[in-house]
Amino acid sequence: MQIDLRTVTIKPLRQTFDHIARYLGADKPVSRYLEGSIGIQPKDIFHYRPTWEPEREIFDEGRTKIRMKDWDALKDPRQFYYGAYTSARARQQDTAEANFDFVESRGLVEALPDEVRQAAVALLVPLRHLAWGANMNNAAVCAYAYGGMAAQAAIYQSMDQLGIAQYLTRIGLLLGDVEALSAGKQAWMNDPVWQPLRRYVEDSFVVKDPFELHTVQNLVLDGLLYPLVYDTIVDQIFAARGGAAIAMLTQFMTQWSAETRKWVDATLKAIVTESAENRGIVQAWVDAWLPRAKEALLPVAAIAVSEQAPALLDEVMEGFAQRLAKIGLSA
Amino acid sequence: MDMQVAKKKLGLKEKYQVMTRDLNWTPTYQKMEDIYPYVHYEGIKIHDWDRWEDPFRLTMDAYWKYQAEKEKKLYAIIDAYAQNNGHLNVTDARYINTVKLFLTGVSPLEYMAHRGFAHVGRAFPGPGPRVACLMQSLDEMRHFQTQVHAISNYNKYYNGFHDFRQWHDRVWYLSVPKSFFDDAITAGPFEFMVAIGFSFEYVLTNLLFVPFVSGAAYNGDMGTMAYGFSAQSDEARHMTLGLEVIKFILEQDPDNLPIVQRWIDKWTWRGYRVLTLVAMMMDYMLPKRTMSWKEAWEIYFEENGGALFRDLSRYGIRMPKCAETIRFEKDHLSHQAWCTFYNYTAATAFHTWIPTEDEMQWLSAKYPDSFDKYYRPRWEFWREQAAKGNRFYNTTLPMLCQTCQIPMLFTEPGDPTKICYRETDYKGMKYHFCSDHCKEIFEHEPEKYVQAWLPVHQIYQGNCFPEGTDPSAEGFDPLKAVLQWYNVVHGRDNLDFDGSEDQRNFAAWRAQATRNV
Repeated sequence: MQIDLRTVTIKPLRQTFDHIARYLGADKPVSRYLEGSIGIQPKDIFHYRPTWEPEREIFDEGRTKIRMKDWDALKDPRQFYYGAYTSARARQQDTAEANFDFVESRGLVEALPDEVRQAAVALLVPLRHLAWGANMNNAAVCAYAYGGMAAQAAIYQSMDQLGIAQYLTRIGLLLGDVEALSAGKQAWMNDPVWQPLRRYVEDSFVVKDPFELHTVQNLVLDGLLYPLVYDTIVDQIFAARGGAAIAMLTQFMTQWSAETRKWVDATLKAIVTESAENRGIVQAWVDAWLPRAKEALLPVAAIAVSEQAPALLDEVMEGFAQRLAKIGLSA
Repeated sequence: MDMQVAKKKLGLKEKYQVMTRDLNWTPTYQKMEDIYPYVHYEGIKIHDWDRWEDPFRLTMDAYWKYQAEKEKKLYAIIDAYAQNNGHLNVTDARYINTVKLFLTGVSPLEYMAHRGFAHVGRAFPGPGPRVACLMQSLDEMRHFQTQVHAISNYNKYYNGFHDFRQWHDRVWYLSVPKSFFDDAITAGPFEFMVAIGFSFEYVLTNLLFVPFVSGAAYNGDMGTMAYGFSAQSDEARHMTLGLEVIKFILEQDPDNLPIVQRWIDKWTWRGYRVLTLVAMMMDYMLPKRTMSWKEAWEIYFEENGGALFRDLSRYGIRMPKCAETIRFEKDHLSHQAWCTFYNYTAATAFHTWIPTEDEMQWLSAKYPDSFDKYYRPRWEFWREQAAKGNRFYNTTLPMLCQTCQIPMLFTEPGDPTKICYRETDYKGMKYHFCSDHCKEIFEHEPEKYVQAWLPVHQIYQGNCFPEGTDPSAEGFDPLKAVLQWYNVVHGRDNLDFDGSEDQRNFAAWRAQATRNV
């Protein structure tokens, strides 16, 4: 039986807010994503300049070299507003939890070949620091980017990276206990293998342009790291060596990077298609940071796959070059 | 067969430790001061970030799970409320004006909090406060969006909501909350935390959210109630963060005390001035009252706040200086504010009205020392005049306080018949203030407050008319031009509730819902 709950049908005076209607050119019903995202950042009438950066306004296009006529063009194809974002992550977390439970309850860690377990610990545990750095960088993108669209997705990205750092911590505890965490930190700080990568991350901490930071962190570094470490080394090589359990523990990262890539690519594509100047600027960022990222990731990959590393990295680079081409950039 | 080697069991605190602050490291390839350039200039001394006590221990997996659960429930209520035309169940359509005040005055601040907490989270070298601040930045996005989504349904049927984002920037009384938050976000990261995290979220939050949320509950607004209650569980985290910040800063170095005390004095006053809007909402705008502003102030500030400041006295913190002024003003604040809005209703994006006889009796009972003596006669006079067709509109733009940006409507402490004026000179210019507190705030940082975008000054300078307006043209109507620039639709968004489109529509729709017409 169907009961009509709506006892009165009344005609609305309008469908949405004016700033959204002006943006879309029509007063029409909009999705929750658009309603909660378009035009949400104030653009003018700032009362005071930041005491921490007196040459700028609170939100200031001058913080980046990129120029956009419409900053809300940097839309998120995932249409993440807060509710959609948390609901997507909660579902992934359910899967991750089930995976951790499965691995633990079946004793799959104990069943791992020792060299795979050791390689996984050596490769994955220091990466929790890298994810922590990505958390900080995306906080900067959120704070200093111009426009509510980019800033919103950046806080989601930032907290995702904290989540990843925490999953990696759990993996470290599961595969090697607290000692694995301290050994991983030691390696991150002192082992020559990790130093180019740590240097890359620390150098990114002083990048002031929020869209350069977005490029350096979310496109270039993560664009190589996730396919290399998670898609290739963990999912394929470790799995082939009897370490499929590890792939279960990193499923969140694999799925997350495939999903997040859509946002990264869409924003950068909107930026580089805006103007030749923008394209030139982003290309220069890619040119400056990509060789460094490759160089930094090579010794890291070698931890797990030794002499196979250069070939694997080349393969990942090939895929990455295709991705860049789709955005309108080149490797 | 159990081959499992016993793992060390980590306690909750240790577990949270490895999940957050152990992720951090001390950089060696770049200098700390280049990575964290904003933590020294305020003069706050932090010797050991590790002494930070995490006020709550929430890892991201748990965060996503709890928050997604809350969102699911909240949006189910919002949808049901919209589906059922729940807005027709509010006590009286006048109530809806409080929601207008909330969306135009408060929701945009939630957005600013989102960006502000991202900024300070990035600015602090300590991993403990960073995680807490970034989580709050994310929460604030939630608050902004759930409010927009919930109130969107009101916008479909009522005036006074439709251009809230632009109004927050442009409309004169909304420069009060806007400049308040701009002040906080342009301050250094520690001051921001004391301003927003402590003074606003901890000390004053019960005077902002509780009145709106319980007002919604009393007046049958399930939608507002739902997002309000749902936000409260986040607020509990934000409050513990605000308190931890204060304790942490004070424990780090004795030199921090005078700086923090000055910030507490400043921000309690700044926040209180913004709450003027809440005071009049409680006493005049809610058809079904919850409690008076004065009662709320006594419970939430004088009693609860008093206990808090007694507790903080072990760090040397004393009650904010302004508490005495506020104690005097509590009998007058809401009346003076609503009288002013009644005068200037032609330039507001919500409706005003004269309190009914019943409501005046309630006000007399709640304000035995002030209402009958000072304010009832005004309302009765205006009511008489309106009945004779002389509804009074004030068309002279008021002088604004350079700091809080509220028109000079407050009276001298101790004399409710005399407007309080203060002034000071700075670089050959005269600046005006509503109070000693606002004057003192200015004098401490004049180079900041001279930048204020004062709506009245801007109108007089010709900056608030649509492009191409010629103010020298014959018959130029400045109010009309300003309203156009605001995009406040004359006759729909502004003026008295009596005779408004909101009133007519609500009555007609309600009749459809409750009678067989």
